[in-house]
Amino acid sequence: MIVQVKDPVIEVHDLTVSYDRKPVLWDIDLTLPGNSLIGIIGPNGAGKSTLIKAIMGLIPVSSGYAKIYDQELKAVRQQVSYVPQRESVDWDFPASVYDVVLMGRYGKMGLFKRPVKADKDAAMDALTKVGMQAYANRQISQLSGGQQQRVFLARALAQDADIYFMDEPFAGVDIATENAIIELLRTMRDNGKTIIVVHHDLQSAVEYFDWTVLLNMRLVGSGPTAEVLNQELLEKTYGGKLTVLTKVGELLRKKEFPARENPAKATKWKR
Amino acid sequence: MDAFWIILTASLAATCCSLLGCYLILRQMAMVGDAISHAVLPGIVIAYLFTGSLDSPLILLGAGLFGVLTTFLIEFFHRKIRVQADAAIGVTFTWLFAIGIILISLFAGQVDLDQDCVLYGEIAYVPLNRWITESGYDLGPTTIWTLGSVTILILLFIGIGYKELFLTTFDAGFAAAIGISTSLWYYLLMSAVSLTTVAAFESVGAILVVALIVAPPVTAYLLTDNFKVMLGLSVLVGVVASAGGYFLAVMLNGSIAAAIAVVAGLLCGLAFLFSPTQGIFRKRSTLAEPVDMQLQKQ
Repeated sequence: MIVQVKDPVIEVHDLTVSYDRKPVLWDIDLTLPGNSLIGIIGPNGAGKSTLIKAIMGLIPVSSGYAKIYDQELKAVRQQVSYVPQRESVDWDFPASVYDVVLMGRYGKMGLFKRPVKADKDAAMDALTKVGMQAYANRQISQLSGGQQQRVFLARALAQDADIYFMDEPFAGVDIATENAIIELLRTMRDNGKTIIVVHHDLQSAVEYFDWTVLLNMRLVGSGPTAEVLNQELLEKTYGGKLTVLTKVGELLRKKEFPARENPAKATKWKR
Repeated sequence: MDAFWIILTASLAATCCSLLGCYLILRQMAMVGDAISHAVLPGIVIAYLFTGSLDSPLILLGAGLFGVLTTFLIEFFHRKIRVQADAAIGVTFTWLFAIGIILISLFAGQVDLDQDCVLYGEIAYVPLNRWITESGYDLGPTTIWTLGSVTILILLFIGIGYKELFLTTFDAGFAAAIGISTSLWYYLLMSAVSLTTVAAFESVGAILVVALIVAPPVTAYLLTDNFKVMLGLSVLVGVVASAGGYFLAVMLNGSIAAAIAVVAGLLCGLAFLFSPTQGIFRKRSTLAEPVDMQLQKQ
């Protein structure tokens, strides 16, 4: 089931991406609505990260195109932000938390320019939003996984974009950070932003996302989460592997053994 | 006075090499600096055959082109042919360096260059080759002028492109996403490395260039967590190694370039032992206190 939207913020047309002549994404036709929290779900190697990288123009595509706000990517680059996978950088790099968050302002500053007060304020403001203001002068190698993820999020926030692409922001973070991040993403959505999240946990996907994209090299489904996350489409996405998953899920629910902490109890970041 | 000129030459070479080396080691590409410093040789020989002089700017151009060609070839082997990065480096630079050696031996009669000079440099002769104007005014050794101009260029390059170099080195994916061309800055950096290598090779030799690209930045990396401080410290270490190496060489009556590399290596070893954050003999009290505890105190 693939629902196409009117006036999409992101439009992907006939997109095919291959590494070494081996296609990893095949003929993706996709439209995504604005002002929503969107999850991209699929098994390992389904091309989830590849899809967002291709939309942002970070990797060459074999055919097709992606448009953002009905324009070429170059024209709207400043409105798009990116939170890469945590493991993609060297956390022993000689930089402080503040240095990294300030990078979010580089695109707006341009060549030759040094950060002015507005940039510095934006960086500190973003750090406050993720509850890391006390860590501004910390060297990044001293951070835990959850704190690293918050720093990356703060860097994207400092950019003050309209569309945010996030690659596995919940991977390897503690439950408090996960709840705090999703709380922040919901606030951002309520303020009119569009957030596209690569995600691998099916159970939390149901409660996190307004819109879900199911991907396994081909586009399996795209639509409102409640309509798309059904047994038939999930089996198409994951193949036989899913039966085990659902069984485990049902078992846990029957025993009323909470698999996840109640989100209402979650610690919230101070704003 | 000769001592002053020699130390100044080595210090200028050390400044360029250390600054660029900071970026190379953080990109895990220190050996690309090694490769470029050798692979520019055919460019130098060819430019020399055309101009007949080692002081011509054409030498810088010829060698610079070969430096960039080296990085292109390494990238090509690594990305397109899918050879491991270190193997790609090894194949590319040995091949180009060997071509340079063959060119030198073929044109031995016409080229005032030899393999020893290329590898070890002749820094002791720096004060002899002077720039004297037509009116007979002595402007000092020519090498100082070439290396001095290159140092100013490198300082300008890092000053202007500081943000972009910092970001593309730390997180190329994010840089590309916000519209900073990672390949442009990569090739600019590699061109700067080529330029530095050529300017430095005549006086300090290819081996010392490699030592100066790696040892001072590594020393600085062990001593600080701040990138700007790391840049400054690496220059300081390079200059101290230059002066220390000169006096060591005078004391032992040995090769100056080799002595500088030895002192740079010793400084690196000292940093390894006594670094406040990563050293073997670090003090317990320098371990960072958790922020939560700091907050509680307030």
